Amino acid sequence: MTPSGRRDWLSRGLWLVGIAVFVFIYAPLLVVVLYSFHKSRIIAWPLQLGTLSWYGVLWHDRGMVAAVVASLKLALLAVVIALGVGVPGAFLLDRYDFPGKALFQRLVLLPLILPGIITGVSLLTFFTFIGLPLSAGFPLVPGWPVVLGHGTALVSVVVTQVFARLQRLDRYQEEASMDLYADAWRTFWHVTLPNIRTALLGAALLVFTLSLDEIAVTFFLIGRQNTLPLQIWGLLRRGITPEVNAISTIIFVVSVGVIVVWARLMHDPQGAKA
Amino acid sequence: MTARPLPAPDARLTWLDRLRARPRARTALAAALPVGWVTLFLFLPYLLLLIHSFWRLDEHQTIVHQWTLASYRRLFTTDVYPATILFSARIALSVTLLSLVLAFPLAYLLAFKVRRYKNLMYMAVIIPLWVSYLVRAYAWKIILGQEGILNGLLAQLGLIHEPLEFLLYSKWAVIIALTHIYTPFTLMPIYAVLEAIPPSLKEASQDLYAGRFQTFLHVILPLSLPGVLAGSTFAFVLSMGDFIAPQLLGGNDSGLMVSNLVVSLFGVAYNWPLGAAVSVVMLALVVTLLTVANRLEERFNYRGKRGRAAKTDALAAVVTESRA
Repeated sequence: MTPSGRRDWLSRGLWLVGIAVFVFIYAPLLVVVLYSFHKSRIIAWPLQLGTLSWYGVLWHDRGMVAAVVASLKLALLAVVIALGVGVPGAFLLDRYDFPGKALFQRLVLLPLILPGIITGVSLLTFFTFIGLPLSAGFPLVPGWPVVLGHGTALVSVVVTQVFARLQRLDRYQEEASMDLYADAWRTFWHVTLPNIRTALLGAALLVFTLSLDEIAVTFFLIGRQNTLPLQIWGLLRRGITPEVNAISTIIFVVSVGVIVVWARLMHDPQGAKA
Repeated sequence: MTARPLPAPDARLTWLDRLRARPRARTALAAALPVGWVTLFLFLPYLLLLIHSFWRLDEHQTIVHQWTLASYRRLFTTDVYPATILFSARIALSVTLLSLVLAFPLAYLLAFKVRRYKNLMYMAVIIPLWVSYLVRAYAWKIILGQEGILNGLLAQLGLIHEPLEFLLYSKWAVIIALTHIYTPFTLMPIYAVLEAIPPSLKEASQDLYAGRFQTFLHVILPLSLPGVLAGSTFAFVLSMGDFIAPQLLGGNDSGLMVSNLVVSLFGVAYNWPLGAAVSVVMLALVVTLLTVANRLEERFNYRGKRGRAAKTDALAAVVTESRA
């Protein structure tokens, strides 16, 4: 066998494996989407395509609609907290030295690295200990503990994203601005902020999607009002119907949309430089 | 000398401005919110979990703030707890190895073989990470169920006559689903490291008449180790801490995962001190593993600072896109 012949054989094998892995990753998602158009109530082989009625069921399911509203509120508040704490946190890590800096950095990142369940039970013991009821704030918010929990756990996302951008930032622009007698606030507003704008937006989008999908922390902190994943979780335990597939399909489509927007923001050369 | 005197200290300076003029005060000001918040809502909760593990329940099932090692004693002397931790570690190890076997070839393909639409294809692999975790776990219920797709297809092909029951509600289902969930995850750092290998290294190896296998074994593989380590650590840690997939797909085996034990101890079984002790042991395992992996990564990373920067970037990406 010639070297090139052997090379082809190897390459072909590699492609085959790669495609198989791709199928393994996507086939289950495709299955979920297809079965949302399944005609029967019972999810079984063979697939009978051709109805949109499960989307209608979803629309009239009051529990589901309430869960979606609760999840959206929760995600928005999580974004506010995560940005509010994470952006100053990223600046702190980028520009200041202080005793305990390494510890702070590690602590901030812990919720990302540890299994969510550990963060979840820790926060549960904390809120119970200080006596804040899990349903506090309901119906205005799904519950302050879960809001604080999501926000705090996702600070890590904002810190990593914004810190990475700050590290690449051209500091001379800020110095030039200060040399031109702009004060710290004006420099921040007119020079620094435009430079990190896309990173902020990207981080906000990330926090939003991650909060919408979060289960481990939510599971322990949720009060009376279910979030979307927990509502689905409840449906799954009562036996599965294509209604779950319908909501899953919607989540899938929305997530992909958000990712595409996020990817554009992150790779937007205008945003990185302007 | 008629040099103009320096402007007198502005009378309009507020106390905040004056505070900011002192470097240490500036740092304290900048640190107050983030450090305060993280201390209150992260450090104290983790600390409180540790403290709970040293408390105990009295006969009325209320938590007594009394220092004792009772929970740890019970944890290590009752067979079921160490057995559960070991079982979870074994499941997590299987998931990690399977994810590696699946992720590495695809990462290699994306890094070296795909020329057009490379970023698009990489995104396509990563996208499922963003799609609801629950959806991904649930999909396997449809596929592996008794009347599921796999059984249906096998029956139609005449390969089986009775549905295979061991597929769903077993540890196999849990392993398959977790592998599915964490493969893209494992792939990310591997891809990042492979991508960073300069083509000149491969060429140099080939110029020295190394065959493809030799180049792979002596150039590509050693250089990819930091990524492989990062990917497998995350797959291991996350699958060990997973409690949704086992509950959804594990059937009778589901109670055998350590995270499900924690859920039940903090829920129906209502023994927070013991639950906290189990969590602390899990935490200790995870932290040890992460530390060892970090050390190893640094050892394998011969490129010094630049290499390390690449590594942290990959980790940041992984970490950011991971949470489920």
